[in-house]
Amino acid sequence: MTIFGIPIFPDQASTFARDVDMLYFFILAVTSFFALAVAVSVIYFGLRYHRTHEGEIGARIEGSLPLELLWSVIPTIIAMFMFGWGATVYYHLRRPPDEAMQIYAVGKQWMWKFQHPEGQREINELHIPVGRPIKITISSEDVLHSLYFPAFRTKMDAIPGRYTELWFEADTPGSYHIFCSEYCGTNHSGMIGTVTVMEAAEYQAWLQGGGEGGTLSQRGARLFENLACNSCHLESGRGRGPSLKDIVGSTVDLEGGSSVTVDDAYLRESILNSQAKIVKGFTPLMPTFQGLISEENLVALIEHVKSLSPAQKGQEEIVKK
Amino acid sequence: MSNAVAHADHGHAHHPALQHHFDTLAQQKEAAVIGMWLFLLTEILFFGGLFVAYMIYRIWYFEAFAEASRRLSLFWGGLNTAVLIGSSLTMALGVRAAQTNNRKWTVNWLILTMLLGCVFLGVKVIEYQDKFANYEVPGQNYNWLYHEQHSAGGEHAEGAAPAAAEGHRQLRMTPEQLQNTTQIYFSLYFTMTGLHALHMIIGVGLMLVITWMAWKGKFDAEWYTPVEMSGLYWHFVDIVWIFLFPLLYLVERHQ
Amino acid sequence: MLDTLKIPQRHYLNAGHSLKSWLLTKDHKRIAIMYLLSISVMFFLGGLFAVGVRLELATPQGDFVSADTYNKFFTMHGVIMVFFFLIPSIPAVLGNFLIPPMIGAKDLAFPRINLLSLYIYWLGGLFTLAAMVMGGVDTGWTFYTPYSASASNTHIIPTALGIFIAGFSSILTGLNCVVTIHRMRAPGMTWFRLPLFVWAHYATSLVQVLGTPVIAITIVMLFVERAFGFGIFDAARGGDPVLFQHLFWFYSHPAVYIMILPALGVQSELISAFSRKRIFGYSFVAFSSLAIAVFGFIVWAHHMFVAGISTYAAMVFSFLSFSVAIPSAVKMFNWSATLYKGAVSFDTPMLYAYGFMGLFAIGGLTGLFLATLGVDVHMHDTYFVVAHFHYIMVGGAIMGYLGGLHYWWPKITGRMYSEFFSRVSAITVFVGFNVTFFPQLVVGYLGMPRRYHAYPDEMQVLNVMSSAGATVLALGYVLPVIYFLWSLNYGPVAGPNPWGASGLEWQMQSPPLPENFTEVPEVTHEPYEYEHIVAKETHLV
Repeated sequence: MTIFGIPIFPDQASTFARDVDMLYFFILAVTSFFALAVAVSVIYFGLRYHRTHEGEIGARIEGSLPLELLWSVIPTIIAMFMFGWGATVYYHLRRPPDEAMQIYAVGKQWMWKFQHPEGQREINELHIPVGRPIKITISSEDVLHSLYFPAFRTKMDAIPGRYTELWFEADTPGSYHIFCSEYCGTNHSGMIGTVTVMEAAEYQAWLQGGGEGGTLSQRGARLFENLACNSCHLESGRGRGPSLKDIVGSTVDLEGGSSVTVDDAYLRESILNSQAKIVKGFTPLMPTFQGLISEENLVALIEHVKSLSPAQKGQEEIVKK
Repeated sequence: MSNAVAHADHGHAHHPALQHHFDTLAQQKEAAVIGMWLFLLTEILFFGGLFVAYMIYRIWYFEAFAEASRRLSLFWGGLNTAVLIGSSLTMALGVRAAQTNNRKWTVNWLILTMLLGCVFLGVKVIEYQDKFANYEVPGQNYNWLYHEQHSAGGEHAEGAAPAAAEGHRQLRMTPEQLQNTTQIYFSLYFTMTGLHALHMIIGVGLMLVITWMAWKGKFDAEWYTPVEMSGLYWHFVDIVWIFLFPLLYLVERHQ
Repeated sequence: MLDTLKIPQRHYLNAGHSLKSWLLTKDHKRIAIMYLLSISVMFFLGGLFAVGVRLELATPQGDFVSADTYNKFFTMHGVIMVFFFLIPSIPAVLGNFLIPPMIGAKDLAFPRINLLSLYIYWLGGLFTLAAMVMGGVDTGWTFYTPYSASASNTHIIPTALGIFIAGFSSILTGLNCVVTIHRMRAPGMTWFRLPLFVWAHYATSLVQVLGTPVIAITIVMLFVERAFGFGIFDAARGGDPVLFQHLFWFYSHPAVYIMILPALGVQSELISAFSRKRIFGYSFVAFSSLAIAVFGFIVWAHHMFVAGISTYAAMVFSFLSFSVAIPSAVKMFNWSATLYKGAVSFDTPMLYAYGFMGLFAIGGLTGLFLATLGVDVHMHDTYFVVAHFHYIMVGGAIMGYLGGLHYWWPKITGRMYSEFFSRVSAITVFVGFNVTFFPQLVVGYLGMPRRYHAYPDEMQVLNVMSSAGATVLALGYVLPVIYFLWSLNYGPVAGPNPWGASGLEWQMQSPPLPENFTEVPEVTHEPYEYEHIVAKETHLV
């Protein structure tokens, strides 16, 4: 919801988002009422009983037991009601239905790795079908993180050494934020992504890996974004990884003194086993994608990188293992 | 608000220990007593955090705690317990001596208390040295199996099954699990006994000051509060040990 | 009458001019002044880091400073503001100065321990500032493991040691206060004749004494984890990183009551003095301070609703968290009722008191959202929480501190400050504060997480509003420094009781004698008896 184009309320994209918001508005109404009541009273009393002459003092009033009871008991009743309603919504938020689809999420500095039951893996992206309850089992590889979907109104911490879980049922197709909401170091605010809620048929197509057509390098370009390669391999070269512009065919110096010519084999190795050859001046930060990327996607990615070096004509060369 | 004049008349000489913001020695002493008990309450909460952590992990990893506890020396621990209880006795006798205006024996009992405290600390050094020698200090060099592989009466070659080495006890935890979880036990062992030893050192320092003051004749039957307050501190440190000893040394010793 | 007021010849400020007479003083009032200067320095340092944070957040990209630097900014802001400004503030400055005269005593029970408290504070501050100069810390003021135990490579140990040491300052201040209130009251000063300021500090002191040792031991455990590689919180060895959170919050939740209870005490004094009427429901207000202190100890896990605690544990803590809201509500209603048929005057301290009512109300009420489980899951670790605690800590505690400072300044210094500029400052702070923090409530529900160096574009407008407000707020804070300092030499002489207020402290000269009273007062009246004060001033008695 926006006012003058400024978003002031998050999307409601899950079945229980509405429940959470209703509770929120109730509390908002009650608290606004009391805040207003107090504000009006103190301003009114302050003006109505303003001191009119030097030496004037207030009336001799000690207190009133009935009033004290009134304004202790009524807030207590309201508080209990808020608690009860909140606990009910919470219970629902924390009880995944038995038939929920299982997805695994692992948080690590500084990305979210998701794995689908069908084997599909995603980084910082999550594609899910609309209208199906989804249960995400969460863990961490290093420090605390927290998986947060504001549009679904749910989050849960990722703790090393144990599993936690959250669930939701997305009911509105669209793209929504994924945030890490437990401070985890340098790139905490970069540990974000997008959850894409798709119609059932679209989701099936996505699972196949195809569906979205285009040339190999166009697919590669999408993968380059989806797999967050662009978050480190900035064009300027000032990112955590070297720039990939115009590198194909050139010779790069490596940490340890040797050098290598950038060709298909080198690109493939760098994606699957990134620790093997580190470019001089950079640290071994890049995750390895062995097992995370299918062969067709690997090829598409390499094609995309080659397209960044326009001087070299990108050839549809398939590298066999 | 009427201002009645109500304070000690300056006519008579007051006790040299009376501080001027107090009206009477009795008030000064009461303040000191409340203050010291409050301070000891903070100490209970201070150690309390460690006891909470201990309790949780002992419930989770009882077997590891039991096995690790066996690595501590009942002899040295028991001796230290006796030493500390003895030192509390000498401390109490010192307070009594101060109370009865016996300067000589106040000093003597306090010195004895300090000596016993130092014996305690010396024994701790012996125990800690043993732990270091057996790679039982948590961290990079921790090696749970070192002790078995190198203990006396162990012709057990490296790689011998630890289950056999432990004799009758059948362990459900694997050596890897023990390597990890016993480190938690020892982390707590060192932190708890280390903190306690630090308090002992402070206690001995406190005793030095009080002993010197007693020797200088600063106390009499009317004012020996610092001796009493130091006594409270000393007894507290003793009581902490009374809890530490069974919790750390006596886990499942009946087997 | 009052037109030939002069600064008295002998007072605590001119009884000895050497550095030694200050650094070795046993006078609680001089110690309070030294605390005042120290925490003011810390406040502006912490404020500088806040400026850095808000400057970065004016744009969605992380383009002002690097991510690591930003993380250090918000960490240092939190550490300094919580441990070196808010926790000491009112107790160490106003409490130290006023509690002995308020109860009719010459000094606190343990003047030398009071001085030791100050030295310990300085030592702790030194460690933390040294860590800052060496490169700072980036764990957030909450130091959660495993990040703080193993992953962060910043100067955690000296910072943590600084906090550990400063904790002892807090414990000793609390201890001194409790013993003083028990044993140093003048004849006739029964418990129910004590000003509510004293009740509030008594409750605060109980929390300081019982709670602070737990953060101390938590820091010890973090220290051994980090320095020696011990494994108490290490998941790889079977340790539980969430245990740290339990231990940390067991202190840090009561700590927020250390920060607000004294301000609630100031508020009672201000409302009463500037409506010249006794506080409505005195004993209810007194007991509510104690209730807050007690309940404050049993709600800590409401900071951990999404940390993996069980559903049932969460429900228990949510229920208990509502309990601590009720006594605060009782206070608000009693203050409002005090104004009814009062004789209200809007001098600057009263402007702060009114501002406090509004901001503390919003702060407390936003707490209800967070206590409600169903909503907290969405709001946890977002800017809604940041706004909530700033409403209470800044809108509440700091307004209380400033209100108290403005109220008792004439007693402390013997001078009055500029009425005009102080009112401008109070209003500027109120307006600036709301513009800074209200948008954060909105952007928080929108989903903006805390401690974010960069954020999605659509959240920019709300962030820019917040940063703009921060500029106004900063101005409101700088003004008092100027006119307070100016008043020391050029302000009109105040006299013993410029406000016509009740309380033994107003019976002393301004500035007070080193020994406070020439004769020990004997108390025969109930607190807040304005009839008697007026009668005295118009010579009817």
